[in-house]
Amino acid sequence: MKILVGLGTCGIAAGSEAIYRSLAAKAGNGGPRFELGKTGCLGMCYIEPLVEVVDDSGAAWQYGGVTEDKLDRILEEHVAGGRPVDEWLVWSDDGRGTEGAYLARQNRIVLRNCGRIDPEVLEEYLAVGGYEALRKVLQDKDPDALINLVVESGLRGRGGAGFLTGMKWRFTRLATGEHKYIICNADEGDPGAFMDRSVLESDPHSVLEGMAVAGYAIGADHGYIYARAEYPKAIERLNIAIAQAEARGFLGDRILGSDFSFHIRLKEGAGAFVCGEETALIGSIEGHRGMPRVRPPFPATKGLWGCPTSINNVETFANVPWIIANGAAAFNCLGTANSKGTKVFAMAGKVRRGGLVEVPMGISIREIVFEICGGIANDRKFKAVQMGGPSGGCIPAELYDTVIDYESINKTGAIMGSGGLVVMDETTCMVDIARFFLDFTQRESCGKCTFCRVGTKRMLEILTRICEGEGRDGDIELLEHLAHLVKNNSLCGLGQTAPNPVLTTLKYFRSEYEAHITNKKCPAHHCQKLLSYTITEACTGCTVCGRVCPTGAITGDKKQVHHLDQSKCIQCDECYKSCKFHAIVRS
Amino acid sequence: MSDHKRIDFRTLQYAGQEGRLIPLLQQAQAQDGYIARERLQEISEQTGAPIAQIYGVATFYAQFRFQPVGKHILRVCHGTACHVAGAKAISEALESHFGIHDGETTPDREYTLETVSCLGCCSLAPVIMIDGATYGNLSPTDIKKVIKQHRQAGEEVVKK
Repeated sequence: MKILVGLGTCGIAAGSEAIYRSLAAKAGNGGPRFELGKTGCLGMCYIEPLVEVVDDSGAAWQYGGVTEDKLDRILEEHVAGGRPVDEWLVWSDDGRGTEGAYLARQNRIVLRNCGRIDPEVLEEYLAVGGYEALRKVLQDKDPDALINLVVESGLRGRGGAGFLTGMKWRFTRLATGEHKYIICNADEGDPGAFMDRSVLESDPHSVLEGMAVAGYAIGADHGYIYARAEYPKAIERLNIAIAQAEARGFLGDRILGSDFSFHIRLKEGAGAFVCGEETALIGSIEGHRGMPRVRPPFPATKGLWGCPTSINNVETFANVPWIIANGAAAFNCLGTANSKGTKVFAMAGKVRRGGLVEVPMGISIREIVFEICGGIANDRKFKAVQMGGPSGGCIPAELYDTVIDYESINKTGAIMGSGGLVVMDETTCMVDIARFFLDFTQRESCGKCTFCRVGTKRMLEILTRICEGEGRDGDIELLEHLAHLVKNNSLCGLGQTAPNPVLTTLKYFRSEYEAHITNKKCPAHHCQKLLSYTITEACTGCTVCGRVCPTGAITGDKKQVHHLDQSKCIQCDECYKSCKFHAIVRS
Repeated sequence: MSDHKRIDFRTLQYAGQEGRLIPLLQQAQAQDGYIARERLQEISEQTGAPIAQIYGVATFYAQFRFQPVGKHILRVCHGTACHVAGAKAISEALESHFGIHDGETTPDREYTLETVSCLGCCSLAPVIMIDGATYGNLSPTDIKKVIKQHRQAGEEVVKK
């Protein structure tokens, strides 16, 4: 018997390190015998910590929401007695468990090894066919055929823009330069997206292999991974993986005895969202301020240190070894006419099952949110999904049959982006969401283009005053006017897409803006300054609200209806949340 | 910086490489907790880059600080998922618990409060991170408990 503990960031945050230590102590303590191992993230973040029991035949049972006091029973009944503890099972190879539906509808290519292997042990990656794609490519000795295969697979860049990966490689291969470079963009800056972190933490070798293959395709001898400093676990595991791959000859000089040499260096980003833009990212690696440059020349002809450079995203690279191992047809039979393969989505917000799901392109938003992720948490009403982060937009509930492919999502005004999908319910204020994203983009604007630097600032000011009940007639039109100016007059993607959250919420939720401006009301009861609280006759005088009120606005004697002094109220919502008798009305 | 010791940046692994400025700044911050004026001077002397250029690069990136920080950095995530899950209330609870604002350090120099864009643990929102450890699914009332736990854990380490 083998016991595996999921040690991705989500699992660790939920307490899996303590579970692992506790199991390690029990393993040497005379109890049932088992081998203890680590894995990365299975993507079921909502039910961490996860503990998997694997028997000698390889059949697996996964337990979710495991706490230290559950371990003894799992060890006794399952490991020693061979009887799985059904009530805590989330899934198993023999079809048990409560969460089978979450995994059954998924099609795991990028996440194929995530949560299945120990990311710190190279042998485990090799055991599932790791580095075979690189070996094959080096044996075939035909970079052009390799590029054709990737073009034929239809793989498009998973970082957001959706450019055909094979075409990018071809342009870089055809360009002339003394050196050529591969860059892996692991600067996952979109708030709400975390699939790249999970892949790097759970299966770092697949990304290294993808990069080495790309390096061979374009004729590069060096690769850089530009990773966010906010992902310490991913950086730690990448460093381990690079050292292992170098020691075994999968990276370095004369890889696997061929005449191909490829070295990978890890660069830690220093916290700038704009560095997700490829020319800004190159500037940052070169040691400058990360400010975008004019394209053309594109990085494919003049990139890092002026040399031809292909920049691809983590998820894109993770697809590559699978495509080589399984062929282009196995990949392009999935998806829609123009969007092939699968896409990983980071599900978060007001959804019941939050985590990572990998689904074929062409599936609808409704299927993802309701059938796979179990719908809206706390049985609230579904309002919208936000896709594409600060560059994307909000797709309303009415459009939930929109299918996931690059073009269909663009038609709604949102973008596929890197795949963050934040679900919103009736308590989410859409004006506040637009304000939230503008606050982000105006802070992250590098300042090069006037329209982006000043325009986003002015838009934020207007949105802030609308949320605070100071909105004026004409503010909506002014926002639209500014949005178009910023979109049309910015150099890079950050500015060109920054107004999207405002434009999509105006398109689908205009009445919410009008309610804020004209009626001074927030329909979602979110914007604090537009709320007022009153205590009704239903008050039993239990005194709880008076005690939680931080400003002493609520007074009253025991068993008497309490009184709220509006001049002292700061709309913090604490009394409303604390009242068990529904005696406080919020409007 | 009272205990200022010179770092010999030339001996660091990045020194000979192109694009070394950001790793050098990261190294300086890892050592001191912030970028001290003297460090900018040292990097300038040893790399030959003008101090204005180094300062220009350092101020561009959110990671670099120019004020000393507390023993622990407490980051409050304000990503999209955390925002809709009530990150603002978490920040307010922390600010009132410590009696400091975002970016400030407690008078006992134990904790520095920082707001960050996204820590990538969206399904555990709202989330905070103290040094390398993540705490998720928080409510404002959990804050006292988390800080107490963290202080105690810190003391245990010291005792050992």
